[in-house]
Amino acid sequence: MRFTTLIKYPADWMVGNGCDNAVVLTSRIRLARNLRGVPFPGWAKKEKRAEALATMRPAIEALGPMKDAFSQELSDLTSVQKQVLVERHLISREHAARGEGSAMVVDRRQSLSLMINEEDHLRMQAIRPGLNLQEAYDSLVEVDEELEENLEFAFDHDLGYLTTCPTNLGTGMRASAMLHLPGLVLSDQIGQVLQAVGKIGLAVRGLYGEGTESLANLYQISNQSTLGESEETIIRRLERVIGQVANHERNARLKLVEDDPDMVCDKIGRAYGVLRHAYIIDSKEALNHISLLRLGGDLGFFPDDTVKTCDSLFLDIQPAHLQLHTGKKLSPEARDATRAEIIRSRLQSLAAPDIGKVIDSNETEEPPSNPLDS
Amino acid sequence: MECDFCDKKATVFLTQLVDGQMKKVCLCEECAAEKGVTDPTGFSLADLLLSGLPEGSNAAPTAVATTRGKACPSCGFTLDDLKRVRRFGCSECYTTFHDEVLSMLRGLHAGTGHSGKVPKGLMQDYERTQRLEQLRSRLDQAISAENYEEAAGLRDEIREIEVNVASS
Repeated sequence: MRFTTLIKYPADWMVGNGCDNAVVLTSRIRLARNLRGVPFPGWAKKEKRAEALATMRPAIEALGPMKDAFSQELSDLTSVQKQVLVERHLISREHAARGEGSAMVVDRRQSLSLMINEEDHLRMQAIRPGLNLQEAYDSLVEVDEELEENLEFAFDHDLGYLTTCPTNLGTGMRASAMLHLPGLVLSDQIGQVLQAVGKIGLAVRGLYGEGTESLANLYQISNQSTLGESEETIIRRLERVIGQVANHERNARLKLVEDDPDMVCDKIGRAYGVLRHAYIIDSKEALNHISLLRLGGDLGFFPDDTVKTCDSLFLDIQPAHLQLHTGKKLSPEARDATRAEIIRSRLQSLAAPDIGKVIDSNETEEPPSNPLDS
Repeated sequence: MECDFCDKKATVFLTQLVDGQMKKVCLCEECAAEKGVTDPTGFSLADLLLSGLPEGSNAAPTAVATTRGKACPSCGFTLDDLKRVRRFGCSECYTTFHDEVLSMLRGLHAGTGHSGKVPKGLMQDYERTQRLEQLRSRLDQAISAENYEEAAGLRDEIREIEVNVASS
């Protein structure tokens, strides 16, 4: 498969097809594996890295789900292409910084992505829309077991799967979910909730993982510990905690509409106004406004498919996507203009927020079925 | 000054403290952009150093130059390297630096022993080894208790497992 084919359409999980992704956008599992007795990629000499690649790549391409996959050495991709793949979460930032001797294999649905010679010899990830870590894990176990038949992974009975960095030792598993939490942010509860999540040993990060700030009210929650607990235990705990945070978020959204409808309407209305009429908009401003538009979509201010529109916009307005869209290198100023243009055209037919629908229906007293859930 | 990654003129000079040691990397504009050096959010020199500078570069972590103390017989990674990058050179390093591993693991994870998935083939091997150990210790007990009937049965059972291993 060619690069242009791969990125032509967003994957189902990127726009939440076929499930409820209003709060939990995606669930992701990553497993780290290494070949026994072969130097880890960061320490290996060039030839050793190439050898490891030559050992792993055929086994990966032969995997059942990898039929007609996108398989590419990173040195054959331009830096814009690599950046697009990072923006789509198909490869890590760290992997994108690599070239010769590193490769990636992504399945047609873009839900399974294997990075060869990242920090570890092999990093495999599976992504699903909504809260569904278990299913993502199950699909990776199949891949892992199929690979085990042909590759000998480094494993120790006491320490589990051996990894380059001791922080991944044991299961080699990082399970994470991406959450959209504007309700908790607007009601000033976010600090408290995230602190509680941190206290039980889970990590909270921004949109692009380690060391990135939170934008667009998007947060990633993941496990930190990989040793001493089974994969199932880690996943069960994460799913429970993430489910609780999602419930808090839903309640916060409903309560905001009830307690402070003017503030909610103002925020969403302003976001709508800016996005519909801006001619120059930087990435941060755009992301934060799209975030509020997405909230409006979920609350019923906009038609149902607005959430999906916002999810594709989250991808399409990022720097590398913009450059790919225009086919040339853009100055930051040109980027801001192109970004505004794309947003205006996508939202062209979006009617002004239907304030009456949400606020009035909220005031009518028939609470058995909550109209906000529809 | 030349770029550490290619032969172009270096224009980006990066110095960073990694575990108390000063590290310097020289890059040309293209390599700097490629490695994400110009992007302050996603860059750390430690990662760059780890991702491997070309051989012969003065900033590359070469085993020969820093060899002091223990070194991994399989990949040449040294204790100094470990202290600097807090990562390992290969899977055998976990045996070479076993004591260091244990001290690094203190407080890092929920536990210090693996209780998750085990590779399929290894699981069988492991269970077999466990079973053999168990049978052998029971055999010793039976012999010292002069319970020769039971000992004979255990011996046959052990032999059967060993034959299976040899033939597989």
